[in-house]
Amino acid sequence: MSAVQAAIKPESAQKVLSLYRQLLRQGNQFDAYNFREYAKRRAGDAFRENKGVDDPRRIQELMQKGLKDLQMLKRQTVISQFYQSNRLVVEGGISGKDQKGHGETVRQKETGWD
Amino acid sequence: MANLAPAVLRQASRLASKSVISAAPRRGLQALPRTAVAPARGVSARNYVTGTKRDSAQVQTDTAIRLDRQELEKSGLILDSQNGSAAHVSPMADVLSQATKMDEGQRPIYLDMQATTPLDPRVLDAMMPFFTGVFGNPHSRTHAYGWESEHAVENAREHVARLIGADPKEIIFTSGATESNNMSIKGVARFFGRSGKKKHIITSQTEHKCVLDSCRHLQDEGYEVTYLPVQHNGLVDLDQLKAAIRPDTALVSIMTVNNEIGVIQPMEEIGKICRQNKVFFHTDAAQAVGKIPLDVNAMNIDLMSISSHKIYGPKGIGACYVRRRPRVRLEPIISGGGQERGLRSGTLAPALVVGFGEACRIAQEELKYDTKRVKSLSDRLLRGLLSLEHTTQNGDPEHFYPGCVNVSFAYVEGESLLMALKDIALSSGSACTSASLEPSYVLRALGNSDESAHSSIRFGIGRFTTEAEIDYVLKAVTERVGFLRELSPLWELVQDGVDLSTIEWTQH
Repeated sequence: MSAVQAAIKPESAQKVLSLYRQLLRQGNQFDAYNFREYAKRRAGDAFRENKGVDDPRRIQELMQKGLKDLQMLKRQTVISQFYQSNRLVVEGGISGKDQKGHGETVRQKETGWD
Repeated sequence: MANLAPAVLRQASRLASKSVISAAPRRGLQALPRTAVAPARGVSARNYVTGTKRDSAQVQTDTAIRLDRQELEKSGLILDSQNGSAAHVSPMADVLSQATKMDEGQRPIYLDMQATTPLDPRVLDAMMPFFTGVFGNPHSRTHAYGWESEHAVENAREHVARLIGADPKEIIFTSGATESNNMSIKGVARFFGRSGKKKHIITSQTEHKCVLDSCRHLQDEGYEVTYLPVQHNGLVDLDQLKAAIRPDTALVSIMTVNNEIGVIQPMEEIGKICRQNKVFFHTDAAQAVGKIPLDVNAMNIDLMSISSHKIYGPKGIGACYVRRRPRVRLEPIISGGGQERGLRSGTLAPALVVGFGEACRIAQEELKYDTKRVKSLSDRLLRGLLSLEHTTQNGDPEHFYPGCVNVSFAYVEGESLLMALKDIALSSGSACTSASLEPSYVLRALGNSDESAHSSIRFGIGRFTTEAEIDYVLKAVTERVGFLRELSPLWELVQDGVDLSTIEWTQH
């Protein structure tokens, strides 16, 4: 058992880290401030919470869940980018309008008003 | 994947640019009067409108800036700069020179989670297939379209049931908590009142409007209703409840978590009293489900109203838990095709039901995490607010749901504070009554004075609230409460050490 674990571990550790990175990066793509912050916070907290898990089956379960969430994030961030609204007062950005950043979409009109 | 959105947008704007030629003259005409105002104040009439070229539709800087300008003008930020030199150069120059002063966004922070909550992206993700591909009627039994919808609906029903520890067959989908409340109260009362034996209902004074109004409706039909008073902390007195139960009492309806002050009623004890006296127990748990642990069997709840949009689900759907053993019999309000055990006929909306189910599943999964998070944010907010002078928390400081913080700011008018806090979406009470300026009836029922009820504000914290938002709110509230108090003559008197209750105001 431990031999199997030892054999699995290095590879899966890298996989786990890669998934974590992908989740964070994808979560950062949310246009809505609250969802963006939540996605990043939740991913961090979930990985920290399950840091000590060493049952390979459980690890695989969690990985599957993470991958499913990543798929969801990919779809939902795109939707979020299509229907953008003004920035919140706690966020930066001139008068709540988007500034052209690093390869992001620039908001051309306010959605949701009329 | 991240590049998909810009790519699609670019494609869309390329398509749009073909139609731009026909659209250009119209836009020019529209823009003319608006731009003509600016030079009128400056020098002679000068036209800044240039014809839109085919390519400029790609970026639309002009439109974007003009929108910006409108927005700024609305908020009163462009005032005097029109006379400055910038106005002569171009209409956007002064906007940009002003813009540097506003380094933040304009959309208010949302802190009204008792009114409604944003739709969780995970919920939307579960709903999308049912808005696009899967459209079958879940009640169609003859083909695969119906089966797949039905399967999804039953799955969702199971998620809802599991959240409250019920059996899936006991869940009736409705349009929301209001309908569930109406259905439970009127249904039970009418069914058991028909024989003329049980014509008494007990409820509390701090219930939601839809419960109180249903009861008043029943009063018109000849039922008797007891409105239990609440103690100063918002909790129902159990001895009073026991005393109010009569042999002809059909139903007791008491909400789990109050929507204005967030107090959690002792459900288990109330359930026990009702079961002992063989009275049905209905609870409006719209604010409680998914936020505090609930179990209908441990709490002896016979009927429960659940709402989807309070737990990050879609609006327009809710559920009613109706116990099967011992069976609770209702007279349905909506009759028809006999869906949902005949209690609520009408085709279900699979997309909404699935979203609701997913929201329940997530709520159960995240209950511990969310509770911890909301608690820590709530503590932070409460500590900050109560450190201000003359502020008090409404409701029981021990038995309340931390996501609902109701605070009174003495010597400040609540509505004017709400006006001053335009950058924070808050409410002084229930959304249903927020249009009227009357003080909240819930706070009045607690025995608060009119002044105290007028100066109360409710802060709702939820899953997506961040620390930065709480800090911003604390800063904004501290500043503006201080500002409004400086304006108030009463505050001056209080500062001088005058007890306001001793003053004899002259009558006019």
